[in-house]
Amino acid sequence: MTRRLLMGSEAICEGAIAAGVRFYAGYPITPATEVAEFMSARMPQVGGSYVQMEDEMGSFAAAMGASCAGVKAMTASSGPGLALMQEEIGHAIAGEIPVVLVNVGRHGPGIGNATGSAQMEVMQAKYGPNGDCPMIALSPSTIEEAFWLTVKCVNLAERYRTPTILLTEGLLALQRSVVDLPDYGKVETWERPRPEGAPSEYANPYMATSLTAVPPMGDFGTGYRSIFRTGGIQPQHGAKMTRFEAQHFSTTRLNQKVEAHRDELALTEALQTEDADVLYVAFGTQFHPARAAMQMARAKGIKAGVLRLITIWPFPDKAIRQAAQHAKLAVVPEMNLGQLRGLVTQALAGSGIRIDGVNHVNSLTITPQEILAKTEDMLR
Amino acid sequence: MSTVIATQAVAKPNPMANLDELVEQYGRVPAEHFRYCPGCGLGMAQSALMRAFQRLQIDMSQVAGAGGSGCYSIMGHYLNMGVLHGGHGRGAAMATGMKLANPHLTVVNLQGDGDSLSIGGNHTIHAARRNIDVTVVMFNNFGYGDTGGQYGATTPKGSFTETSPYGMPEEPFDACKLMIGAGATFVARSTVYHAVHLTKVLAEAIAWKGFSFVEVMQHCHVLWGKRNGMPKATDMLNYYRDNSVFSTPNLKREEQEGKFVLGVLHKQARPEFTEEYAKIRKLAAARAGGQGLSPLNTGGAV
Repeated sequence: MTRRLLMGSEAICEGAIAAGVRFYAGYPITPATEVAEFMSARMPQVGGSYVQMEDEMGSFAAAMGASCAGVKAMTASSGPGLALMQEEIGHAIAGEIPVVLVNVGRHGPGIGNATGSAQMEVMQAKYGPNGDCPMIALSPSTIEEAFWLTVKCVNLAERYRTPTILLTEGLLALQRSVVDLPDYGKVETWERPRPEGAPSEYANPYMATSLTAVPPMGDFGTGYRSIFRTGGIQPQHGAKMTRFEAQHFSTTRLNQKVEAHRDELALTEALQTEDADVLYVAFGTQFHPARAAMQMARAKGIKAGVLRLITIWPFPDKAIRQAAQHAKLAVVPEMNLGQLRGLVTQALAGSGIRIDGVNHVNSLTITPQEILAKTEDMLR
Repeated sequence: MSTVIATQAVAKPNPMANLDELVEQYGRVPAEHFRYCPGCGLGMAQSALMRAFQRLQIDMSQVAGAGGSGCYSIMGHYLNMGVLHGGHGRGAAMATGMKLANPHLTVVNLQGDGDSLSIGGNHTIHAARRNIDVTVVMFNNFGYGDTGGQYGATTPKGSFTETSPYGMPEEPFDACKLMIGAGATFVARSTVYHAVHLTKVLAEAIAWKGFSFVEVMQHCHVLWGKRNGMPKATDMLNYYRDNSVFSTPNLKREEQEGKFVLGVLHKQARPEFTEEYAKIRKLAAARAGGQGLSPLNTGGAV
């Protein structure tokens, strides 16, 4: 174990390195630039590669190329850059190519306030690309957690052969905190499924027999000669299907291979929700004011609890229903105009629980007092 | 690696080699499965590409391809190599990732003129600027074939397409001049009519250490030819025959006017990107004192 004073961006880079990332392609953008800066120094130190691409599509595409060549790959961006990357994210999902994307949230739309933190990509992270897409997106609340969730994002991208997003914020990526880093040799790392048989028996990287299968992926240069394709019907192993059946099967499988693991993927942390009349649902940096508000409410005799979402996608709706079992009302504090609140409302549909939000789009963090005032207002 | 291939490039191409033999060694599916339009230039271009691989005696398991969208993009599926068939125009960026992640790969980026010059122009010129050891093969069919024959950045001025029914009002790019300007260290042009020449320049481009660009004039008599008085494949092959001139040092400007100038148009050695990056890895590892994998306070390094 090593104790270090780390910036959030640095912790993300160290997590990536510990998880085995050895390729980074990026394009500068506030407030994600620090990730690129640290990676430009760190990647060559560990035998990896850093390349600054001509734009965000190029960054993601280069990471996909590296991933097909068998190297764990990552890129990072923020709002407008994430918008540009949507095309390539869709291609990586369709082609089942593991890539880790770090989104450091900033205010939008458009250029917005580049230096102002926000949580405005909750929906874009999942619904940005065209088509029906699965998504795994994790959001850290502390700098130390940013390290570990980056490790997890890398591991999940590899295991499920799909791009994953670390959904963080300028507020966290640019803060510093003391972090205990593990011995990197002891960090648990997962690898993509790789073919084991003779290369002559390997047909393509999409040979799946079930709707939840993650088929083996032959890296370039290993003799397996994969054709990674992001369009057209993916051929299926041993099954006689019409092209319509094959298209249905492959589109469904892309989503099912993630959806089937929703329970283990949908991570949350519940604080005093067992008896909670009032439920706060928060993620990322805005967990901290929610927790403080809970303590203030409890001191006043209001039974409040917090459900912190670690996983944003797949959305942990089950955990929300569980945490809201006794709740009469729910408050969702978030740094946007209600993206998470919409999802919480959907999760609690039919429960009769009153739901409202505390929303900041001024890049100033929400205060516990505001959350408490909203709670008292709703209880009145 | 390219240097190894270059030393092996001694066998002369056999222009008479049986196509089935070629396909068996360098292809993935039998020739009767090729889904090009009858008479399409892409079949001829693929044949030349396979002959170039044969000439270089390339181990296809070490070849990686990148491609985007266009009529040509199915070609990657017909060749016995690893392929990433991804987003329209992103081929040069995907190829950059492959080559940098594993410099031992021979990376070939098949592109259409829409990929190279329009939607992916940025990626292609930057790959050229970096001089990364990737071969871009650009198939120029004068427009967008896959979507039914709209005009593009290579459509000759005045010619008729689906979206230029009154004649093309814009000037086309000279792709080779663009790539020379962008810093490509090897630039060549040939046509599918000049199949032996095409094979030769493709082999030379793949063996070249650094970024190489080959513009392949590949006719589309179905969508472009028939609207412009050349409805048969042979019409367009004759068009290439009659309107091409080989580049020589003494070729006068007026002799190039209105012609396709063929040959290796530019060749200038420059340090290759992945080799330069290997030096950076050494330097960075030395500065980290062999402690790269332990958590460093990178704040000092940045």
